[in-house]
Amino acid sequence: MKLLSVFAATLFALAIWQAIVSLTGLPKFILPGPALVAETWWQNRWVIAEHTWVTAMEVVIGLACGTVLGIVTALQLANSRVARVLVQPMLVFTQALPVFALAPLLTLWLGYGLWSKVAMAVLIIYFPITSSFFDGLMRTPAGYLDLARTMQASPRAVLWHIRIPAALPSLASGMRLAAVYAPIGAVIGEWVGSSRGLGYLMLLANGRAKTDLMFAAMLTLGVFSILLHLIVRLATARMAGETR
Amino acid sequence: MTPAPELVINGSATISGAPLFAPLTLTLGAGRWTCLLGGSGVGKTTILRLIAGLETGAEFIGQITASDGHSVQDRVAYMAQDDLLLPWATVAQNVLLGARLRRQKPDLNRRDRLIERMHLQGHMNKKPGELSGGQRQRVALARTLMEDRPIVLLDEPFSALDARTRADMQDLAAEALQGRTVLLVTHDPGEAARLGQAIVVMTQDGITPCRPPRALAPRKVDDLETLETQGALLRLLREDAA
Repeated sequence: MKLLSVFAATLFALAIWQAIVSLTGLPKFILPGPALVAETWWQNRWVIAEHTWVTAMEVVIGLACGTVLGIVTALQLANSRVARVLVQPMLVFTQALPVFALAPLLTLWLGYGLWSKVAMAVLIIYFPITSSFFDGLMRTPAGYLDLARTMQASPRAVLWHIRIPAALPSLASGMRLAAVYAPIGAVIGEWVGSSRGLGYLMLLANGRAKTDLMFAAMLTLGVFSILLHLIVRLATARMAGETR
Repeated sequence: MTPAPELVINGSATISGAPLFAPLTLTLGAGRWTCLLGGSGVGKTTILRLIAGLETGAEFIGQITASDGHSVQDRVAYMAQDDLLLPWATVAQNVLLGARLRRQKPDLNRRDRLIERMHLQGHMNKKPGELSGGQRQRVALARTLMEDRPIVLLDEPFSALDARTRADMQDLAAEALQGRTVLLVTHDPGEAARLGQAIVVMTQDGITPCRPPRALAPRKVDDLETLETQGALLRLLREDAA
């Protein structure tokens, strides 16, 4: 049923796209139709696959590093008032800076290759992971803490057996958000400076008025992001308490 | 477990300057059930939380002492209206929570005996979400008993249950907690009349001890004197509200 509705929605979108192309008669370097994009995609499938692989690596490594960093930060913040006073404002301030503006800097520092893109992905997901997990850790139901207190639990034991498990659903929603953001980070990194990856391919195709290839790369990125989101969703289902 | 002591609570409490309750003296008989009855907001839960050493938001001036001179806070077991079962842990794990939090070796035989006593065999590996309200409160009672403390503090633990389940739980708890110093905070006159070996009504003006029925607790739900006591207690509560 769900698959069917996805299929129907896709068909509907393609139909509208085709209708716009047919009705307006726009030249194909402005707006290529779905059939042409599909054909281009097929002709360039190996090139696209290669660039997708590069972007995927950046995203997956970024996601892993960002998640670990975010979890560690949230635990430190939850554990120490000093850390909260010193670090939290800084964390919020970094969110006020446009990450996009940092991309050239990261390329300058980390070079043209994989790591500047990983860093972009990490930067963009670090905050949602940290803040969602931290919020979860600070919102342990008061009754659990009362009970633990009457049981003479140490703060460490409370953290481990009550506060962390109670915060896992919040962490899961942060990770789901991160799965959507991470590809954006990687692609921005690629735009600023790279010779590989889907972001690079899009820029290249655009520069040569190969709008059909640009569309093919963009749609591939979209499908990749959705798949990644679904995988992370499944992987975090237990944490979110959706399955037993 | 040390023998159940007598507890004396002596003092007054204020919330940000405004009095919550006037100076009072409440004595919890050693090894007996004391029911503290009162309407919402008179501070009966505050008294229970003060004994447990929990955050109350009120400032208490006075002292809480045990007849044997030992400390009180680390000898209490606590049970609330919310069963406070960890939803991610199984029934068996929830019952063992205290030992786990204290990093002690859990007594599995004792756990199994308590689970059987609470008629929860066959539910050991279920999560709380799979249980009924009554079953969940029985798990909470098993967890409370697992702590094996001489002082047991019950904060309206049965008030969210339906009438039949509530009566069953009252019987079960009365039997299981015999010989311990129990404070039951409740707003249900019927519950106080059934379970109290001492009954104290708390109002704005302070506390009024009431004579409990003569029958042994837990009293029959249709015991005449128990019903009369219930009526008398309710009248007292209503007079206070008027």
